[in-house]
Amino acid sequence: MTVLVGQLFTGVSIGAVLLLIALGLSLTFGQMGVINMAHGEFIMAGAYTVYVLQGAIAGAGVSLLVALPVAFLVAGALGAALEYLLIRRLYARPLDTLLVTWGVSLILQQLARDIFGAPNVQTRAPDWLTGNVPVFGDLTLSTNRLFILGLAILAVAGLTLVLRLTPLGRRIRAVVQNRDLAEVSGIPTGRVDRLTFFIGSGLAGVAGVALTLLGPIGPTMGTNLIIDAFLVVVVGGIGTLKGGVIVAFVLGTLQSLVEYTTTLSVAKVVVFVAIVGFLQWRPQGLFTLRTRSLA
Amino acid sequence: MTATTAPSTPDTAARAPTPQRRRTLGRPARAAIGFASGALLLFALAPSVLSDFRLSLLAKYLCLAMVAVGIGLAWGRGGLLTLGQGVFFGLGGYAMAMHMKLADAGPAQLPDFMALYGQLDELPWWWRPFASPWFALPATVLLPMLVAFLLGSLVFRRRVRGAYFAILSQALAAALVIFLIGQQGTTGGTNGLTDFQGFFGYDLDDPVNQRMVYFIVAGGLLLLLALARQLMHSRYGELLVAVRDGEERVRFLGHNPATVKLVAYVVAAGMAGLAGALFVPAVGIINPALIGVVPSIEFVVGVAVGGRAVLLGPVLGAVAVAWARTSLSEEFPAAWTYLQGLLFVVVVAFLPGGLAALPALLRRRRGEVGT
Repeated sequence: MTVLVGQLFTGVSIGAVLLLIALGLSLTFGQMGVINMAHGEFIMAGAYTVYVLQGAIAGAGVSLLVALPVAFLVAGALGAALEYLLIRRLYARPLDTLLVTWGVSLILQQLARDIFGAPNVQTRAPDWLTGNVPVFGDLTLSTNRLFILGLAILAVAGLTLVLRLTPLGRRIRAVVQNRDLAEVSGIPTGRVDRLTFFIGSGLAGVAGVALTLLGPIGPTMGTNLIIDAFLVVVVGGIGTLKGGVIVAFVLGTLQSLVEYTTTLSVAKVVVFVAIVGFLQWRPQGLFTLRTRSLA
Repeated sequence: MTATTAPSTPDTAARAPTPQRRRTLGRPARAAIGFASGALLLFALAPSVLSDFRLSLLAKYLCLAMVAVGIGLAWGRGGLLTLGQGVFFGLGGYAMAMHMKLADAGPAQLPDFMALYGQLDELPWWWRPFASPWFALPATVLLPMLVAFLLGSLVFRRRVRGAYFAILSQALAAALVIFLIGQQGTTGGTNGLTDFQGFFGYDLDDPVNQRMVYFIVAGGLLLLLALARQLMHSRYGELLVAVRDGEERVRFLGHNPATVKLVAYVVAAGMAGLAGALFVPAVGIINPALIGVVPSIEFVVGVAVGGRAVLLGPVLGAVAVAWARTSLSEEFPAAWTYLQGLLFVVVVAFLPGGLAALPALLRRRRGEVGT
C-alpha cells in the first residue's frame, strides 16, 4: 500500500514536470501550429539561470525564489526573440518551423557549452527542500517533488486566470479560435503571437528552475524532456489546457507504475504503444476545439 | 512504365527550367545518361583516385545517402516529415550485426559481448533465427518495413498527420533507443554491436574486402535511386505529390490517401533498413547513438540542405553534410555545431527547395535583372 502510494506520487511528480514543460508548448502549438524544438533549450536557459544566480546570491533558498521570475523573463525573452526573428516568417509552413527551431536549438546548446562548459553542473538545493514530509505510517513524500507539484498547480492556475480574465487572454483565445476573424476585429495578431510565445517560453524557464531540484543541469538536458512533452500536447489535444493537464498526470503515473513493475526501457515502450492506441480512439487528442476546417 | 509514355506531366512542367534551355533529349534518355555517369563516378573514378581510408568514408556517406533517398520520397514527395528514420536504419543495422556476431562466434557459441556481461547461459530466442543468412538478410529490409507498416497503417488510417505524425515518429526513435540501452545483456546497450571479424566468410580487416563492401554499397545506392525514380515518375508518384499538396481533394477524387502515404512510408523504411544493413560491414559498428533522435533529425538535415523534392538532392545533401561534418568537426567541433545549426536555419527558412533550387533561383534573379 505504502509502496503503491509512493509510486503514484512519483508518477504525479513526473507528470508535474511534464506539465510545466507542456503548458508552454501547448500554448504556442495551439495558437500558431508551431512546433518549437528549441523549447527544450529554453528549459536549459531557466536551469542555468539558477546556476548563475547561485553564484551571485549566497543563499540557496533566496536564489531559487529569485530565479523563478528571472528565469521566466530570460526564457521568455529568448522565445520572443525567436518568434520575431524567425518563426513569424514561417507561419504558413509549420513543419518547416520544426526543422528551423531544431537548428536554433543546436546553436543554443553549443552556446551553453561554450559559456558554461560541456560537463553537467550541479546546483545546491535549499535546506527547506531537501527533507521528506511524513504523511502517515512510514509513508513520506520528498519536499522537492511537493514543491514542483505546487509550482505546476500554480502555473496552471495562473495561466488559466490570464486566459480567462485578462484582455490579453481574451485576445489569445480569439486568435486560437479564428485567426482571420480576430484580425478583422482589430486584434493585433502579430503582437498577440509574440506575447503568447513570450509566456509559453517563460513557462519553460520556470520548468528549468524546477528541474534543478531533481538533477544536474547540462547543455543537452532539454532534448530528452521535450519529446515526452510533445506527446503530452499531441495526446491532450490543442487549444485547451485541461487535456494537457489530465494527460500529463496520466502519462506520468503510467510510466511510474510500469517502471516499478518492470524497467524504465519497457515503460517507455509501453507508454508509446499506449499513445498510438489512444490516437486510434481519439486522433485529435483528448479535448479539441471544434472547427469546421478539413485540415 | 508510365514514365516513358507521359513525358509532359504537370510535374515536368513545374520543374522545366526556362524556355531558352529547352532540352533535346527525352526524359528516359536523360535518366539513362545520368545513371551511367553516376555508375562511372562511383565504380570507376572514386575507387581509382581515393585511398582505402577515403573510400571507406565514402561508403559510410553513401549509406547515409540511401536513407536520404527514402526521406526524399516520403517527405519531399509525400510531405511525410519522418523524424524517426533512425529506427529503420537501426533495425536493419542490428539485424545485420546480429547475424555477423553469430557468424563470428560460430555455431552453439554466444557472441563475445554476451559472454562478457555473463548474464546469459544460452542465446535468447529472438537472436536464434538471425544465425541463418536466409533469415537475417531479408529481415534487414522486411523488419523495418513491417514496423513502418504497423505504425503507418494505424496512424494514417486515423488521419494523424503533419506535425502529429512527425512527433510520433520521433517518439518511436526515442523509445527504441531507451529500450536498446536498457536491455544491455542482449543488445549490447550503449556500446551497441561492434568488433566484427568477418562478412559472410570474408575477413573485414582486409582492405580488398573493404573495397568489395564499398562496391556493394554503391550498387545498393544506384539500385535505390532507380527504384525511387521509377516510383516518382509513375502514376503512384503523381498521386503521392497530390496527397502532399491537397490530401482532401485526393480523398474526394476517390483515392485513399492513407494507402498512398503508407506505401511511401514503408518503402522509405525499407531503404533505411538496407542502408543500416550495409552500414554495419562498411563502418563496423551499430549503436543507439547512431539511430536515436538526433541522428534521425540529421538524416532530415541532409535532405533539406540538398533539396527534398528532387531525386538527387537528398543524396548530394546527405553526402555533403556528412563530409563537412567529418572534415570540420575534427578540427573545430564547436564551430561545426554552430555552422550546422545556422546552415539548417538558413536553408529551411529561406531556401526551402534546398541547394538544388539554387541554380533556378539565381537564373530567375539574373533574368529579372536582365529585363
